[in-house]
Amino acid sequence: MEIDKYYTVGIYDDDEVVLEAVKKLRAEGVKIFEVYSPFAVHGLDHALGYKRTRLPISAFLFGMTGTILALTMMFYMMGVDWPMNIGGKNFVALPPFIPVTFEMTILLSAFGMVGTFMVVADLKPFKKPRLFDPRCTHDKHVVAIDLAVNKLSKEEINKLFDETGASEIHDKNF
Amino acid sequence: MSEKQYNFDEKFIFSPAARKRLAVVGIIGIIITIIGVILIMNSESGHETSEQALRSTNADTSALLASSDPGTFAAGMSEEPIEGESHGSPTWLKRLYVSLWQNNIFFTGLAVIGVFFVAVQYAAQAGWSAGFKRVPEAMGYWLPVAGIIAVGLFFIAGKDIFHWTHTDLYVIGGPNFDPVINAKKGFFFWPADEHPGFPVFWFARMIIFFSVWYWFFIQIRKWSLREDVEGGSKPYFKMRSLSAIFLVVFAVTSSIAAWDWVMSIDTHWFSTMFGWYVFSSWWVAGLALITLIVVILKDEGLLSVVNANHLHDLGKFVFGFSIFWMYIWFSQYLLIYFANIPEESIYFIERISTHYKPVFYLNLILNFVFPFLLFMTRESKRHRIFLKIVAIIVLVGHWFDFYLMITPGTMQYDGGFGFIEIGVTMIFIAMFFYVVLTNLAKVPLIAKNHPLLEESLHHEI
Repeated sequence: MEIDKYYTVGIYDDDEVVLEAVKKLRAEGVKIFEVYSPFAVHGLDHALGYKRTRLPISAFLFGMTGTILALTMMFYMMGVDWPMNIGGKNFVALPPFIPVTFEMTILLSAFGMVGTFMVVADLKPFKKPRLFDPRCTHDKHVVAIDLAVNKLSKEEINKLFDETGASEIHDKNF
Repeated sequence: MSEKQYNFDEKFIFSPAARKRLAVVGIIGIIITIIGVILIMNSESGHETSEQALRSTNADTSALLASSDPGTFAAGMSEEPIEGESHGSPTWLKRLYVSLWQNNIFFTGLAVIGVFFVAVQYAAQAGWSAGFKRVPEAMGYWLPVAGIIAVGLFFIAGKDIFHWTHTDLYVIGGPNFDPVINAKKGFFFWPADEHPGFPVFWFARMIIFFSVWYWFFIQIRKWSLREDVEGGSKPYFKMRSLSAIFLVVFAVTSSIAAWDWVMSIDTHWFSTMFGWYVFSSWWVAGLALITLIVVILKDEGLLSVVNANHLHDLGKFVFGFSIFWMYIWFSQYLLIYFANIPEESIYFIERISTHYKPVFYLNLILNFVFPFLLFMTRESKRHRIFLKIVAIIVLVGHWFDFYLMITPGTMQYDGGFGFIEIGVTMIFIAMFFYVVLTNLAKVPLIAKNHPLLEESLHHEI
C-alpha cells in the first residue's frame, strides 16, 4: 500500500496540558486533524473549534420518514387492502395506530442516526483503522496533525509540540 | 473554564414590594371570586328552567351517560346523569368548594414534588442540581398548609366533593342503594364496615400521607441546614438514606393519594394507570415550577452558580416528562378506548361529549404539543425567556389537567370555567408563593458545604 498521508503526532501525558497545547497550536494557526484521549476532556471540543453536530437534523428527518411510513402503511392495509373488524372499531381509526407509529418513528430515527454517523465518521466494515498510537486508549493524549493541509513545516509544528509540553513526537504515515 | 468568582453567601431577599405584589394578587383573587359567586347566585333565580333547557340540549349525552352507568341502572335511580346527585349546597357554593379542592390538590403536588426532586437528586447522587437545591426545598414548606386546607375542606365540603360520603348509598334496599359503591365501602370506611358513618380509613390515610411527607421533608431540610454549619460528609449520607426511604414511601403513598383524593370523585370508575397519571402530572408541573423560580431568581441577578448548562438540564427534564405525561395519558386512553367497557369509557364520555370538550383538547395542546415543539431544539432550553414561557404554559396546562380530573365528576353540567376558578387560583398562587418565598429568604440561597457543589460549578453539557 502506498503512502499518501503524512502526519506528525504529539503525545501528551496530562489532560490539562493537552487542552492548553491545543489552544496554543490553534492560536499559531496549526490545523489539527484530531485529538485522541482515553477519557472525555472537558472543553476540548470547544478548544478544537468543533461546530455542533447536525446529527439531530438527520434524526428528525428519519423520524418523520418513520411516522409517515407507518401511518401510510396502516391506512393502506386497514383502509384499502384488507379492512378488518377489530373490536368493532372503525377500520381506519387513529388511536390504535399511534403505538405502531411511535415505534416506527423511533426505530427509523435510531437506525438512521447510527447509519448517518457511520457514514460521516467513515466507519465502514473491514476498514483498516488509522491508529496513531494505541496508548490513546490507555493513558496518553494523542494530537494528530495532517501535514498536507498545514502551511507550517513539520519542524515548526514539532517545535510547537515541544514547547507545549509533549512527551513524545512521532511521524505517522498511512 | 476560567476561574469565575461565585458568591456563596448570597441571599434571596423577599422585598416588601414583592410581598405587596403577592398581596395584590391575593386580594384581586378574592374580589374576582366574590364577583363570580354573586354572578352565579343571581343567575340561579330561574335556574330550574335554564337548567332544564341545558339538560334537554344535552339529552343525547344524558341518555348515553345514564345508560352506561351501571350503578344508576342497578339502583333504578332517577335521571341523574352521572354518579353525582343534587346536594344541599347551591351551585355557587359547590363550585367554590370544588375549585378549592382542585387547587389544593394541584398545589399539594407542587409542594411534595419539591421534596421528591431533592430526594431524587440525593438518591442518584446527582451533582448538577446542588446549586439550586434550596428552591425545591423551599417548595416543601407548603405541605403543612396544604394538609390543613385538605382536612378543613373535607369537613366543610366533603359531601359536595365526594359522592361516596353519602351514607344512604350503603343502606341495602334503600332508595339510593348503590351496589357498586357498596362493594367499595371498605376502602373508605374500614373498620366501620357495617354502618358507614365517618370514613375512618380514608381520613386516616390523608392524615398519614401529609404527616409522613412533611416528616421526611423536615428531616431532609434539617440535615441540609446542618450541612451549612458543620460541613463534612455526614449530612450528605444522612440525607441520601432519608431520600432513598422517602422515594419508596412516596411511590406507594402518591399512588394511593391519587385514588383517594382524585379518583374517588368518580366513585364508580377506576383506572389502574391513575396513580401514575396524577404523579406524572404533579412531577412535570413541579419541574416547571422549579425551572420558573430558578429563572426568575437568575433574572434578579441571584444564583450565579447556575448557568445555561443547568438551565438546559431543567429544560430537558420538563421536555422529557411532558412526553412521559402524554405517554401515560395515552396508555390510559387507549386501553379504555379499545376495551370500550361502559363503566370505564364513561370517564372520557363525560369529558369529550360534554361542554368540557374544549378543555379536554386544550389539556393535550398545552401539556404536550407546546412543550414538545418549543423545547425541541437545544438553544430553546438554554434561554431564559423560552424556559419562562414554556414553564408557565406547562403549569397552566397541568392546572387544567387537574381541573379536568376533578370538575366533571363533581359538577357535571353545572361546572364551568369563570371568575370563581380564576379567583380561587389567584388566592392559592398568592398564598403558595408567600410561604415558599418566605422560606427561601430565610437561609442562604446556596448550600455552600454541599459536597457536590464543586461538581455543579463545572457542570457542562
